[in-house]
Amino acid sequence: MTTPAPLLEIDALGLDLAVEGAPRTVVHRADLAIPAGEAVALVGESGSGKSLTARAVLRLLPAGARLRGDMRFAGESVPEMAAERLRGFRAADVAMVFQDPRAHINPARSVGDFLVEGLTTTRGISRTEAVAKVTAILREVGIPDADRRLRQRPHELSGGLLQRVMIAAALAAEPRLLLADEPTTALDVTTQEEVMAIIAEARAARGLAMLFITHDLELAAAVCGRVVVMYAGSTVEELPAAELRAGAAHPYTRALLASRPPVGDRDARLRSIAGRPLSGFEVPAGCAFADRCPRARDRCRHETPLPRTAAGSAAACHYPYTAVEEADSHA
Amino acid sequence: MMTLRFVATRLATLVITVFVSSLAIYGAMFLTPGDPATLLVGGSRSPDPEVLARIHREYHLDDPFIQGYWHWLSSCLQGDFGRSLVFRDSVADLIGARVGSTLALVGYAAVLVLTAGTVIGTMAALRGGRVEAFATALTAGAMAVPTFVMSVLLIWLFAVRLPWFPVYGSGEGFAGTISHLTLPAVALALTWIGYVAQVTRTAVRAELRAEHVETARGRGVPERIVIRRHVLHNASGPVFAVSGVGIAGLIATAAIAEQAFGTGGLGALMIDAAAKQDMAVVQAVSLLFVVVFVVINTTVDLISAALDPRLATREGAV
Repeated sequence: MTTPAPLLEIDALGLDLAVEGAPRTVVHRADLAIPAGEAVALVGESGSGKSLTARAVLRLLPAGARLRGDMRFAGESVPEMAAERLRGFRAADVAMVFQDPRAHINPARSVGDFLVEGLTTTRGISRTEAVAKVTAILREVGIPDADRRLRQRPHELSGGLLQRVMIAAALAAEPRLLLADEPTTALDVTTQEEVMAIIAEARAARGLAMLFITHDLELAAAVCGRVVVMYAGSTVEELPAAELRAGAAHPYTRALLASRPPVGDRDARLRSIAGRPLSGFEVPAGCAFADRCPRARDRCRHETPLPRTAAGSAAACHYPYTAVEEADSHA
Repeated sequence: MMTLRFVATRLATLVITVFVSSLAIYGAMFLTPGDPATLLVGGSRSPDPEVLARIHREYHLDDPFIQGYWHWLSSCLQGDFGRSLVFRDSVADLIGARVGSTLALVGYAAVLVLTAGTVIGTMAALRGGRVEAFATALTAGAMAVPTFVMSVLLIWLFAVRLPWFPVYGSGEGFAGTISHLTLPAVALALTWIGYVAQVTRTAVRAELRAEHVETARGRGVPERIVIRRHVLHNASGPVFAVSGVGIAGLIATAAIAEQAFGTGGLGALMIDAAAKQDMAVVQAVSLLFVVVFVVINTTVDLISAALDPRLATREGAV
């Protein structure tokens, strides 16, 4: 199978945060690749390290954080970028849309200030020019009355509108990769759909690649071509979205799929995964999922499974499910 | 945009506060035992019945309380604070002669509070580590030492041991005034420098960790601009609010520094008048202090709301 060199390649990424001076591993091993123009979803529970992995792409990490492994953007190593290059990289190559626009947009400045700031401070574009540019993008994301909105403060806008502003700000930078960190989690359901549609349209118009962080497996498969599942600080499975239902090999992915409520059957009991989710720093030796896994054997408790690639998918499991077992597990 | 309703509420609060305090200030005269007229004449002398009768007429002491109060308040509002029988001068003239000195002292101290407080706090938060630990210890110390102790300490160190500043008096001309007012202003300002520095440090630290700062950094905005436009700009709200209260508080404690350094001024006048039981002066100066204090606080509130419109709307929604 021949694939062009990916736009973003994360290779055995590890991340330690300094907690009260002592290093604490929050990401053990993350592997993923995003081809230019493609969308990849990174799915996981809270504390699985998915948001930190996305922030690591921009090296947007708290003081004292240490990265291991490598990340390459268009062949260039991100961890090795000098300060000046890193700023340019953040300003022009990758843009991030955060979960909570109300917290991530300065509440004390106008919406216009927020939108043009990225352009005026990093590109040397005049404010007038920047305003013209963001006005056009605002119209594109469904905000026609740009003049008024630019003068308003963030607290005068609804959450959905503010998230569109954040998306517009990201698009204004003309990046090649969009990092979307649960962009719809803080919004109500109808607004969620609108925002996802706006992102999809903008991506299609620009050939923009995306790393989509979410805890919603179904949404991930609907929006992205590939899905990467993360558990307790490690990516455990990567596979094409179309094969998610039938081809999931990792017991955790299977368990996540099984705990979705079946559509149409209101009375069915919700299935949950036994045990509690672990954070990256709590992981014992061996496989992080071993304690909750129905297939775990002795080997799983001693030996950390490495990702094994098979036919366009990869799973980090000693005893993965095979397609044959599909009927069995869904019975 | 600041709502009209917010401004109106603030101004109404100001008027009510001044009204209630004036009632307390005037009423205090009647709460003290004995004839209020003896207080007005100055408690230390043996009162002449004829003088007392004249005072009763002049100050409307035989009228019902409310009428007497109203007469006093309306005269005060017209700038007529009555006559001091101790100082044998009109109260307005006594105040007029000293207001400049107090203004200069409070203004000097206010400049010190604003500059030193914000600079120390900002440096501590941005540098972190040892600078921050040192600044925190220093400002905590400054907050703990009361003004009268600090006054004695400064006089001993910078006027007696090191003859850099005059020990006593108010000085002539601009340079003389500055040199005479430096030690009292420092003594007066230190507590509030500590307070403003601590608030600045906390506010700047909180903003440094704010999510919107992460957004700005994630967009490649140069750190210098991130600090100025997002960190310092957003931290300025609480810092400004505390500084305002602090500067208003300086007026109240100015009396201590004025007395300790003998610079003369309204605070010293009030202490002197209180010691001599000159009620007319005490009332007038108290009322003046209350008005200035409340006006400064209201101004700070209004400016804060203009800086951060959420404050006004939050209150308007209640």
